[in-house]
Amino acid sequence: MTTTSPPTTASTPTVVHRRSRRRWTGWMFVGPFMAVFALVFLAPIVYSLYLSVFRTQMVGGTTFVGLDNYARAMSDPQFWEGLGRVSLFLVVQVPIMLGIALLVALAIDSGRLYGKSFFRISIFMPYAVPAVVASLMWGFMYGTRFGLVGNLNEALGISLPDPLSPGLVLASIGNIVTWEFVGYNMLIFYAALRVVPHSLYEAAEIDGAGQWRVIGAIKLPAIRGALVIATIFSIIGSFQLFNEPSILQSLAPNAITTAFTPNLYAYSLSFSGQQYNYSATVAIIMGLITMVIAYVVQLRGMRKEA
Amino acid sequence: MARSTPWRRALTATLTAGALAVPLAACSGGADAPADSGEATADAASALEEGGEITVWAWDPTLESVAKDFEAEHPNVTVNLENVGTGNDQYTALQNAIAAGDGVPDVAQIEFYALPQFALSDALTDLTAYGADQLDGTFTPGPWGAVTQGGGVHALPTDSGPMALFYNKRVFDKYDIEVPTTWDEYVEAARKLHEADPKAYLTNDVGDAGFTTSLIWQAGGRPYQVDGTDVTIDFTDAGSQQFADTWQTMIDDELVAPVGSWSDEWYQGLSDGSIASLVIGAWMRGNLESSVPDASGDWAVAPMPQWEDGGQATAENGGSSLAVPAASENADLAWAFLEYATVGDGIATRVDEGAFPATTAELEDPEFREQEFEYFGGQKVNEVLADSASQVAEGWQYLPFQVYANSIFNDTVGQAYVSGTTLTDGLAAWQEQSATFGNDQGFAVNQ
Repeated sequence: MTTTSPPTTASTPTVVHRRSRRRWTGWMFVGPFMAVFALVFLAPIVYSLYLSVFRTQMVGGTTFVGLDNYARAMSDPQFWEGLGRVSLFLVVQVPIMLGIALLVALAIDSGRLYGKSFFRISIFMPYAVPAVVASLMWGFMYGTRFGLVGNLNEALGISLPDPLSPGLVLASIGNIVTWEFVGYNMLIFYAALRVVPHSLYEAAEIDGAGQWRVIGAIKLPAIRGALVIATIFSIIGSFQLFNEPSILQSLAPNAITTAFTPNLYAYSLSFSGQQYNYSATVAIIMGLITMVIAYVVQLRGMRKEA
Repeated sequence: MARSTPWRRALTATLTAGALAVPLAACSGGADAPADSGEATADAASALEEGGEITVWAWDPTLESVAKDFEAEHPNVTVNLENVGTGNDQYTALQNAIAAGDGVPDVAQIEFYALPQFALSDALTDLTAYGADQLDGTFTPGPWGAVTQGGGVHALPTDSGPMALFYNKRVFDKYDIEVPTTWDEYVEAARKLHEADPKAYLTNDVGDAGFTTSLIWQAGGRPYQVDGTDVTIDFTDAGSQQFADTWQTMIDDELVAPVGSWSDEWYQGLSDGSIASLVIGAWMRGNLESSVPDASGDWAVAPMPQWEDGGQATAENGGSSLAVPAASENADLAWAFLEYATVGDGIATRVDEGAFPATTAELEDPEFREQEFEYFGGQKVNEVLADSASQVAEGWQYLPFQVYANSIFNDTVGQAYVSGTTLTDGLAAWQEQSATFGNDQGFAVNQ
């Protein structure tokens, strides 16, 4: 507390008065922010929560159902299948994508690459292509009749498997996502590598360490923070998988079902089925699961760092 | 999904957004629909006199000329024709506007299969109040049955899709294939063509809810029975099974091209003859002319293949109507426009621009029937199509949640096209998932 406050206890009212004045002044400063924050960040979440405890029926109208929607989601095989699918996507695609991104970042950073700005730009370029356009583009290439795959089959007289068949479509989507985001992740890694002090490399060289040793002992530990961040972004991205399957759905309607990913499921529920309440529930559960997993990864990543 | 209008695809590129930003006319107008039809006509007339503004949500391009003509005839009336999306996109926007009670259009285009969904929730004005019930007989049985399902008149038909066999005569002649008159012959024709040219298919199919339900309809299946909120879904009836058995052969023997309708590949196939026929709604006539110009002279039209020798039954595939949402603030004016577009002078305009009418007068008009189409080698195509319209099997009903049911068609029945599942299993899964949805929505499905 301040040393200027009167020592007597009789002045309590003044103190209260001062406190309340102080509090209002503070609110005036943070008020505008809080208003926007509440409106933009809190309101949608609160509204989703509100929606998720009701049920609107075509016959019977809207009723309060408490946690019924959550109970339904817990035992909804379509939801869990979708979640299983994006989880599989996560454990297979994310390591591949981050691995390639890391490799490219290290190669560009090594300074041994001729024309490194060219490679940096061209690898980053796909990230500038909107996901919708990228999916359409790849969708055309995947075509077995008139697409690139079809042309290859015809030119070489072979019969490549259909990338849009139910068994392969997830891998095909993984390929698109990898193509799109390798450049983005590469840039994060490359930026982190650039700030590693060169004196460390010189010291390592004096000690006789080779390039692999430098990578293992200096570069990777130095960019651990960037690796964790990129991993968390990728986890969130995987769980939010929507654009690519949604676009490819028109080309492979039987392989990509309406519940292919949890996001696609939530979308179909609300836009084809008018089940806004259940859709909100699915969205909230997905949000929670994503947060928990991202948090666990962050905890693990940070603990190692410490 | 059933695509009812030929121009749908061309339009997707020109869709306009901003559905909810529709400025509603602030003009007055008797909002309450009078009970007596004479009074209603008088009200519509005075509403026209008084003028005002109505908003029409439709993607049918022929309505543009209709709206212009209507405005010319009634200078005080302004028609805001807005395209807020095609099919499902528009239904979503409409559903949202109705739920919000704001920005609801005065007239909305709704396909037949989606009509019960809106009618059931009392979202549409019952046009009986305007004497629309007296229009029985003005329209062919298929469309009229669709707009009156469950009692009342929920909308008036704008176009219809009586089915026929569109086939590539050049390809048929080249491989000496006879025009099939039954579905069994159709399967054999498909086999013969595909054996003669492994790249050519008699038709394409990757699972289309509209096509499947239409064929079941023709086969005499009535899987959907709707009585208020009591709904029965049963894909085990004879008609459904007959369809499933025949079409399973087409899938098993790989006689259908794995190409989705309305895709670029599809148009290419129709153009180069590798997709040699389509059993589809009459609106395909205009679509072939405008979207597959290169194949001019190749195509011809024959009656729909039958399930029994000598049979005559057909079914509808697609088709749209115009309805007046209950929340319209200009219902009288909206009705006046609706009447003009669907039973008045608007029909002639629309037929001229390629729409296939749903009114008996036009279909029986000798001039209409005997028109020779250069695209079809001078064939009097309308004769075949109009006959099909009069032979549509009666008693078909759609679910009051058909839009959703169709959206999960490929999740269930579609699996038969890409895996070991049979059509019968797929239909059973479709039935089950549709029933679950219906029960969740408060209907009594299969109970």
